[in-house]
Amino acid sequence: MTAISSASAAFRGQDRGNRLFGPVPDVTGDRGYADDHPARVGFFTDTSVCIGCKACEVACKEWNLLPMDDAEGTVDALGLTGASYDNTGMLGANSWRHVAFVEQSRAVDLPMPTVGPPGAADGQRPLEDPPVVHPQVPASATTAEQSAPSQTASGDREIRWLMSSDVCKHCTHAACLDVCPTGSLFRTEFGTVVVQEDICNGCGYCVPACPYGVIDQRQDDGRVFKCTLCYDRLTDGLQPACASACPTESIQFGDLDALQARADQRLAALQEKGVEGARLYGRDETDGVGGAGAFFLLLDEPEVYGLPPDPVVTTRDLPAMWRSVGAGAAMVLGLIASAFVGRRR
Amino acid sequence: MVDEVEFTSYYGRPIIKPPVWKTPDVPLYLFLGGAAGSSAVLGALAEGTRRPALARVAHLTAGGGALASVAFLIHDLGRPSRFLNMLRVLKTTSPLSVGSWILAPFSALTTATAGAHLLGRFPLLRRFTGAGAAVLGGPMTTYTAALLADTAVPSWHEAHRELPVVFAGSAMAAGGGITTALTPLDEAGPARRVAAMGAAIELAAMHRVEHGHGLVSEPYRTGRAGKLLKTARACTATGAGLTLLAGRSRTAAAVSGALLAVGSVLTRFGVFDAGMASAKDPRYTVEPQRARARASEAAASRAAAGSRRGS
Repeated sequence: MTAISSASAAFRGQDRGNRLFGPVPDVTGDRGYADDHPARVGFFTDTSVCIGCKACEVACKEWNLLPMDDAEGTVDALGLTGASYDNTGMLGANSWRHVAFVEQSRAVDLPMPTVGPPGAADGQRPLEDPPVVHPQVPASATTAEQSAPSQTASGDREIRWLMSSDVCKHCTHAACLDVCPTGSLFRTEFGTVVVQEDICNGCGYCVPACPYGVIDQRQDDGRVFKCTLCYDRLTDGLQPACASACPTESIQFGDLDALQARADQRLAALQEKGVEGARLYGRDETDGVGGAGAFFLLLDEPEVYGLPPDPVVTTRDLPAMWRSVGAGAAMVLGLIASAFVGRRR
Repeated sequence: MVDEVEFTSYYGRPIIKPPVWKTPDVPLYLFLGGAAGSSAVLGALAEGTRRPALARVAHLTAGGGALASVAFLIHDLGRPSRFLNMLRVLKTTSPLSVGSWILAPFSALTTATAGAHLLGRFPLLRRFTGAGAAVLGGPMTTYTAALLADTAVPSWHEAHRELPVVFAGSAMAAGGGITTALTPLDEAGPARRVAAMGAAIELAAMHRVEHGHGLVSEPYRTGRAGKLLKTARACTATGAGLTLLAGRSRTAAAVSGALLAVGSVLTRFGVFDAGMASAKDPRYTVEPQRARARASEAAASRAAAGSRRGS
């Protein structure tokens, strides 16, 4: 028996019955794999050390033989978004990693000790590791400085860059998998969610079902495609291509419970340094998708990166939908029958 | 009072992927399936109450609608040749899987019933297949609402309780309307009543969809969807009013039935469009989720404060 994520769900007696929603401590075993199945694996993407090199995107495209496309998913088109260095634009059928580039211009203070209101709080924010920046960009454009936006006495505006490599979340409760009518999408022995391309008939239901907008239909192919967490490499004991290529270990691959522990440590370390914007996204197994297999450390609100702030698996509400569908169907039968009662005309 | 926080997005890009379902394929599939479903029920009851003309019209409508609905569904697939993969599994978590298992036998039964009418033979078989189709006719009218609602599309998902009622009413209005228009007056009474009841349900339930869900109701009232639904309302209301005259004049019956069918078609197109609009604008995804997240954070901090005081 393998412990998959934290055992909190089992403590609350919720390890049974969370078929549609809520924590599932052993999602792989829950889906029918024998007790000796591998541990659930995942990604921890620490965006605080992402340098936006896109090595993950390239490695993914090369390994998985994904076609070239533009920011709208048009195959064999080369296009620039004109908005930022991000010309991938989004996750889709042909881009299973997507590095988001966010340029934020906000008022910050210069990093001189004399500036800003004196006080103990100020002294607790040592800039231990001043980043190397262009001389015309003040060095205070660090995440630590962002934690004190109130100290903007001088009114200087600075740029900060947020970069984040987005990927399929491999949700505990995966809406794409739930709604797939052919059984093409399935849960692997590693706890990941994969499309069987020889089964998919291109109905497209998974596309709007995903609360993150990950999976998409490939034009001129008709089937849907998304990150497989390199299922082929995993079965051969290799780690996914993106994680192998990442030069800063922003993308970390491993057993999910180990990654969660590491992420908690990293978050605590950043918070200790005064990086208040730091938060984990997809780590919480009580969230709307039962926790994600691929989770993130972000430095701002999720929507800044194009991520939904509070995603919920749509099938959570499916029992209510089926009840309404049943009631509606009964109403149709009853009312039409009533139309035949009595009068001959 | 907290200041309204500025809405942020990633370069205005949508967060969820808008459905790849094509128009007019999918809205027509919704309409035809609904009209066929209610017509199949009408046909079986007409058969049972000895209204042969109404039974014939209703069964032909059901068979034609079901076949066309299947054709549109298959045409919308990315790999139409793999349509039968729909029947590979039965998953209650997938409205499209359940729907395929409703649609496949329903279309077979209605086609057989309609074929028996056209051939003028096999009356016993016709009654049997007609009764089977009627049982599936009810779910036929409503499962497509779960199909739309069981997505992350904000304006569809939030309306998940009302949409099945809208689709049920719309299907009754369409099926009742078409059969009213094509049936001799002396047998069309039940069809007229079904059409009028359906129209009333469609209008009432759609009103709740358009106004009951705050921000995500907005796409139903604005843009192309707003125009479609406004026209749908006018058609359905006029058609419903005309059912009062449809018992006296074949012309009024035809006009009434046509208006109700058009109203139903436009409702499906409008609902489809509103969902697409809500998927394409990240505001409809982010703002309700942001509000929900804030509320649960506030509740959590209140609970934490309470437990600190308590200890």
